[in-house]
Amino acid sequence: MFEKLKKSFGKSETKPVESEVKYEEGQVSVKPTNKPKIGYIHVSGCTGDVMSLTENYDILSTLLSDMVDIVYGQTLVDKWIHGTYAEEMPDMDLCFIEGSVCLQDEHSLIEVQEARKHSKLVAAFGSCAMNGCFTRFSRGGQQAQPKHESFVPLSDLIKVDLAIPGCPASPEIIAKSVVALINNDMDYLQPALDIANCNLACGCDLQTNVINKALCTGCGTCALACPTKAIDMIEGRPIINTNRCIKCGSCNVHCPRTWFPLDKIKKEFNL
Amino acid sequence: MEFGNYKEVLCARATDSKIQEVSQDGGIVTALFSYALEEGIIEGAVVAGPSDEPWVPKPVIAMSKEDLIDAAGTKYTHSPNVWALKEAVRQYGLEKVGTVGTPCQIMGIRKMQVYPFSTRFVADKLKLLIGIFCMENFPFASLETFVEEKMKVNMDDVTKMDIGKGKFFAYTGEEDNKIPLKQTHGYEQASCNVCPDYVAELADVSTGSVGTPDGWSTVFTRTDDGDSIFKAAVDAGVIETKPMDENVKPGLGLLSKLSKGKKDKNKKEAERRIKMGLPIPAGFDNFYKY
Ligand SMILES: Cc1cc2nc3c(=O)[nH]c(=O)nc-3n(C[C@H](O)[C@H](O)[C@H](O)COP(=O)(O)OP(=O)(O)OC[C@H]3O[C@@H](n4cnc5c(N)ncnc54)[C@H](O)[C@@H]3O)c2cc1C
Ligand code: SF4
Ligand code: SF4
Ligand code: SF4
Repeated sequence: MFEKLKKSFGKSETKPVESEVKYEEGQVSVKPTNKPKIGYIHVSGCTGDVMSLTENYDILSTLLSDMVDIVYGQTLVDKWIHGTYAEEMPDMDLCFIEGSVCLQDEHSLIEVQEARKHSKLVAAFGSCAMNGCFTRFSRGGQQAQPKHESFVPLSDLIKVDLAIPGCPASPEIIAKSVVALINNDMDYLQPALDIANCNLACGCDLQTNVINKALCTGCGTCALACPTKAIDMIEGRPIINTNRCIKCGSCNVHCPRTWFPLDKIKKEFNL
Repeated sequence: MEFGNYKEVLCARATDSKIQEVSQDGGIVTALFSYALEEGIIEGAVVAGPSDEPWVPKPVIAMSKEDLIDAAGTKYTHSPNVWALKEAVRQYGLEKVGTVGTPCQIMGIRKMQVYPFSTRFVADKLKLLIGIFCMENFPFASLETFVEEKMKVNMDDVTKMDIGKGKFFAYTGEEDNKIPLKQTHGYEQASCNVCPDYVAELADVSTGSVGTPDGWSTVFTRTDDGDSIFKAAVDAGVIETKPMDENVKPGLGLLSKLSKGKKDKNKKEAERRIKMGLPIPAGFDNFYKY
């Protein structure tokens, strides 16, 4: 299932895909019997990304019941390690982690470190996990934990294999990424692998990475992508209201002048 | 292929004289969106409409043929139509949206559709993307320079701007003000100098003026949807077509020359920038090829 992925991360052991063929009412259905084991961990996030996952109404039940096994998580299944760490964390093929990590919260630190040990792949799920997003503005001093002041993206603490940015990540990109993983379509996932270690992002990226590099065409895609309307297009260039920007990084990721998936576009639209 | 992949290439124009009067070329954009609106294929189209300042376009969500006619004609400066798609989908609540854009705008939209990282439920609402050919675009201050400084014409008096036959024209009704295109070089935006696409290779339908006589347009139908909507508009009599053969002057030869010329020149500029240690978007290397 994750052969290519595992190879690219230097892990050699692979399991062949086993499946069960059923004939029901004249229809043939093939169900994988060794479905990928998926975990979902919620650290300092808002649950927006997993809410976004559930907005895949049409395919959600098939996805959750037929295509994957959710083996760990507080929101999707009632299974997670409690404060006492009495419960063992199961092994996972892929663990989605939503939210950044509070350095003063021992439980979060242990949970992500355990997740790394127990997962073949770790995905930074949403912008908070990828690069901190608006937890970058945290600075402590609030009840009931005035000391909880430092929040870092996952890749500051553990190795992250892929990132799915967005605040929240859209329902469609989550569905497309999970389906790509199941189909072992590494080509589609390459951009998510490439940005796995992006731990800094802001609307200012457009100025430094695009406008300052003589690449901005004024197309307006960044302004379309911005979830907080922090971007205005003035005289053909994005201008960032840094007081509104929540540092989600969506603008820079969406800009067609940062990277451009020509082959994938041609494939998807049969062009 | 310097034209990208396509199903058919035709010489075409709108049959409605009201559209012919205001359109830049054959009025394909206005006619095709009008048809799509009437047929319910789209509920609105984001186009470059007029703003308070003459020749400064503003994205407008056209909901009727009248809105489309108000927005017809080329404005040779930025109109961030892609940005307004969000307004069309969210504030206007449209389920089926069309838009027109330069190749770079179509590129931004297509990338968003394939990798919709943070644009929930926008990609699936886009039903008709019309791309317009584009050699380069200009900051507004550049346009002012051509018209007001070089031609000594008041922007307010200009009724149409056009690029063709090696010249930049600003029509005022009384006389045709023009400057050689050479005098506009160096005023285009810098990002156009590495642009890999002339004929909007990733749109559903793309159209432009080069290749066909005045008042007509060159049209490529590209995706299945684009091809069938265009053909339906032709069948409905909204658009008339001629085969793109040797009777059509100047024909595809010129278009091919311009498209290859743009790709070659901009590939060279990209290589020059890479040598200086500057970035070029990953994925453009293939796009320069034909
Ligand atoms: C910057 C620029 C450069 C161009 N360069 C070339 C060229 O080198 N060769 C060539 O053959 N054609 C070029 N064109 C295309 C050409 O000028 C016409 O737009 C095209 O032929 C469509 O004409 P039409 O009569 O079918 O459209 P119309 O029915 O007149 O409608 C034109 C549509 O385009 C929209 N529009 C106008 N300006 C813009 C803009 N700046 N951005 C986005 N949408 C806009 C209008 O709102 C309208 O909906 C260029 C266009 C632009 C904007
Ligand atoms: S998406 Fe990129 S190229 Fe387009 S306007 Fe924004 S910064 Fe410029
Ligand atoms: S400008 Fe908008 S899209 Fe860009 S990082 Fe800030 S909030 Fe995110
Ligand atoms: S030349 Fe390319 S980058 Fe410049 S406006 Fe036209 S399509 Fe956009």
